[in-house]
Amino acid sequence: MSVRDLHVHLGQSHVLQGVTFDVPEGGVTALLGRNGVGKTTTLRAILGLVGRRGSVRFDGEELTSLPTHRVVQRRIGYVPEDRDVFAALTVAENLRLAERDGDPRYELVYDLFPDLEARGAQRAGTLSGGQQQMLAIARGLLNDNRILLVDEPTKGLAPALVSDVAHVLERLSELTTVLLVEQNLGVVRRIARGAIVLDQGRVVHTSGAEELLEQPELVKRLLSVSA
Amino acid sequence: MSTWLLLTITGLGLGAMYFLIASGLSLIYGLMGVLNFAHGAFITVGGYAAWWTEVNLFDGIHSVWLRFLLAALLGLVIGGVFAALVELVLIRPLYNRHIEQVLVTVGLSIAFVALVQGIWGPDAKAFAVPGWLHATTTIAGAHIPNDRWIEIATAALVLVLLQLFLRRTRYGLIIRAGVENRAMVTALGIDVRKAFTLVFAIGGVAAAIAGVLGGVYFNVVGPDQGTSLLIFAFIVVVIGGLGSIAGSAVAAMVVGLTQQYVNFYASAGVGDMIVVLLLGVVLLASPRGLVGAFTS
Amino acid sequence: MSRRTVADYVWPLAVFAALALVPQLHISIPKLFDQSISSPGTLQLLAACVLFGALALTYDIQFGYTGLLSFGHALYIAIGVYLSNIAITDWHWNFWVAILFTMGVAFVLATVLGSVSLRVGGIAFAMVTLAFAQAGAVLALKNPHHWTHGEEGLGADYTKLPHAFVGILNTKNLYWLALAFLAAVFFVVRWTAESSPGRVWQAIRENEMRVEVLGMRPHLYKLQAFVLSSTLAAAGGIVYMLLYNGSTLGVTQPNFTLTLLLMVVIGGAGSRWGAVLGGILYTYLNNRLVAVGSSSTVEGLPHVLRTPLSQPLFLLGTIFILIVFFLPGGIAGIAAHGRPSGLRRLEEAIRSDHTLTAPPEEA
Repeated sequence: MSVRDLHVHLGQSHVLQGVTFDVPEGGVTALLGRNGVGKTTTLRAILGLVGRRGSVRFDGEELTSLPTHRVVQRRIGYVPEDRDVFAALTVAENLRLAERDGDPRYELVYDLFPDLEARGAQRAGTLSGGQQQMLAIARGLLNDNRILLVDEPTKGLAPALVSDVAHVLERLSELTTVLLVEQNLGVVRRIARGAIVLDQGRVVHTSGAEELLEQPELVKRLLSVSA
Repeated sequence: MSTWLLLTITGLGLGAMYFLIASGLSLIYGLMGVLNFAHGAFITVGGYAAWWTEVNLFDGIHSVWLRFLLAALLGLVIGGVFAALVELVLIRPLYNRHIEQVLVTVGLSIAFVALVQGIWGPDAKAFAVPGWLHATTTIAGAHIPNDRWIEIATAALVLVLLQLFLRRTRYGLIIRAGVENRAMVTALGIDVRKAFTLVFAIGGVAAAIAGVLGGVYFNVVGPDQGTSLLIFAFIVVVIGGLGSIAGSAVAAMVVGLTQQYVNFYASAGVGDMIVVLLLGVVLLASPRGLVGAFTS
Repeated sequence: MSRRTVADYVWPLAVFAALALVPQLHISIPKLFDQSISSPGTLQLLAACVLFGALALTYDIQFGYTGLLSFGHALYIAIGVYLSNIAITDWHWNFWVAILFTMGVAFVLATVLGSVSLRVGGIAFAMVTLAFAQAGAVLALKNPHHWTHGEEGLGADYTKLPHAFVGILNTKNLYWLALAFLAAVFFVVRWTAESSPGRVWQAIRENEMRVEVLGMRPHLYKLQAFVLSSTLAAAGGIVYMLLYNGSTLGVTQPNFTLTLLLMVVIGGAGSRWGAVLGGILYTYLNNRLVAVGSSSTVEGLPHVLRTPLSQPLFLLGTIFILIVFFLPGGIAGIAAHGRPSGLRRLEEAIRSDHTLTAPPEEA
């Protein structure tokens, strides 16, 4: 996927000011940056959930002229920041709704998430945070997506769960390309291949993930944390 | 006792009609965020279509029941088609511009009532129904008009059908999810716009049924019947919770019964006022309606 | 004088002065009016046009300027129409006392109901206002103590009204009264719109959250707009009562508020004179189209065309829909040339640390 000169205005603020980057096929590419720099907005702009100007090309096709449902039909999956599972629907119904192409991969999903199979009839609103996160990821796994856009999957989760999620993402990355927005650098270190850093609505650094994380000064400057 | 029974059944009959109108309104608002003032037009279309076809198309048929049923059937088909057309032509082009969508439905409601008045005149038309519906059944000393049974039965049937649709079909699933989070549904690769047209059509059919039943209840169909029922339907929708069919059903019963009881035991008109004020109270306590308060 | 003052105050004054001369003009405009302009029949129509221009403007304070969609504006007009009449005709009060009483009640009611209604926003607010208006309508229909006379309507006791407003020959006085009322509302709106509260109203319409972020409390400003709008509407209701010599249930119906909405949108919401123009145009068309519909030219047309033309509301509703689609700025939108939004002006003003200054020139 290649993103060129993406601009997004939300209300009065110019959130994305010409974001440009490439996502190589295969593995996990991490999208990093401090709070509020526009990481989530970038994912939403790719999907067309916010108005945008610029170019997003995927497998040779221009996505910015398409409405959201068509973008997703190009086999692009989305795991949103707040999970956005449908609380009133059961777990099974949430999955059924997510069925997009002809052959939903239930065996794969239930293999990775046996808990979800057991809780099929449970209303998704009554699941714990970690279980909802698993459901959200499962939705992305159900279809044979060529790329999965994942937004802060470990946010608010206990450390043990963070590890589980990282493990799942690792398995996922063997099957499909993943563009991962993540604040947790431990997860990034473990699974990410490439790293793109955003600041103030622009890309300020691109390199391999390991390269970046081996330079604590750089990390501190760009991300305001010590790795 | 017999008075109370009569009031109760009448209240339920009225509630049945409110439910038919409110169910569509609730789905439309819950899924699309559109407050559909044109719903009154759907009610009127149903009533007038049934009346007109009965008088003009089916006058050759001898059985009053058959005439009535065929006319009603045609009325609700026309109502559904009309509603779908309204959505496609007027609502869809204004996607996400909610205030303008509401304005358009307001304009349509005004223009439509005027059009009907222009074509058929301002006077209500007598609606021919099978004699049994005009007769009464006596239970425990109360003389209950038979049309009440039909109204209650129809509403119950529609309720069951709607719930089946919502829970067992894919579009029902899409609608239930869309009421919660429309954007996420599109992010799953689903074109919600088809669901929009569908809920409008469903709303149109249900409203048309209410129009036909209104013709039975009031014995006539008139140009402004739609608007007068619509206000109470709005109240039911808000109290019951936007997007909740079950909530609408409960609220419709509550409103219909309250109206009847208070109008009788206190004085005429007070019931209407209480119901109206109830709307204000509920909205202020819980802007998402009562069901919204319990489920969120 | 600066150019702004000329545009804001001198031009409108000139227009009003010109309009005030109308009753002295003994001329006929055949296609537009049945009789000479100075005849009582035409003056009655013109008075109604002017009055509705004013009423539409009161609605615009809420809707166009502040972005509050109310479906219950008719309630306050109805208070003006009914309460003043009841006080005079049923309670036999003095005319001026009745007026003061009516205005007082309207003010208090608007403040109370407004505070309650404004606790919610958007569609919920619209529904609550509809509910309160409907309660009022039911009350009027119910005819408590035989004061409102329900469906019959309540004719005004003309012996208690000022002589100047009674009788056909005095229709011109009613015209001038309506015109004076319009001028008053117009200048009040002009003055507040250009001053501090008005700017905040427009900023609220654009983006309420940012107004909060800028340190102001939108709720108070919204209430201000609501109370001003409703109280002025009640005053308009009193003029209405005088013009039509009584009170009828029509003013209590939700449809009445909806027609005001149509007027404002057709004319152009939030613009300087759009609402007024919409009110005048709508009232005129509503009245004249009926006459056109039964004229000999139309009678000759095929049924398909004749039916809609005989129903003014059909045409007006359709025009309204077309305007929403193609001309959201209304008729005034055709003339205006992109004023910067109220919010941006507000922010700029605060950032530059001056008191809120005059808006830039309008083309």
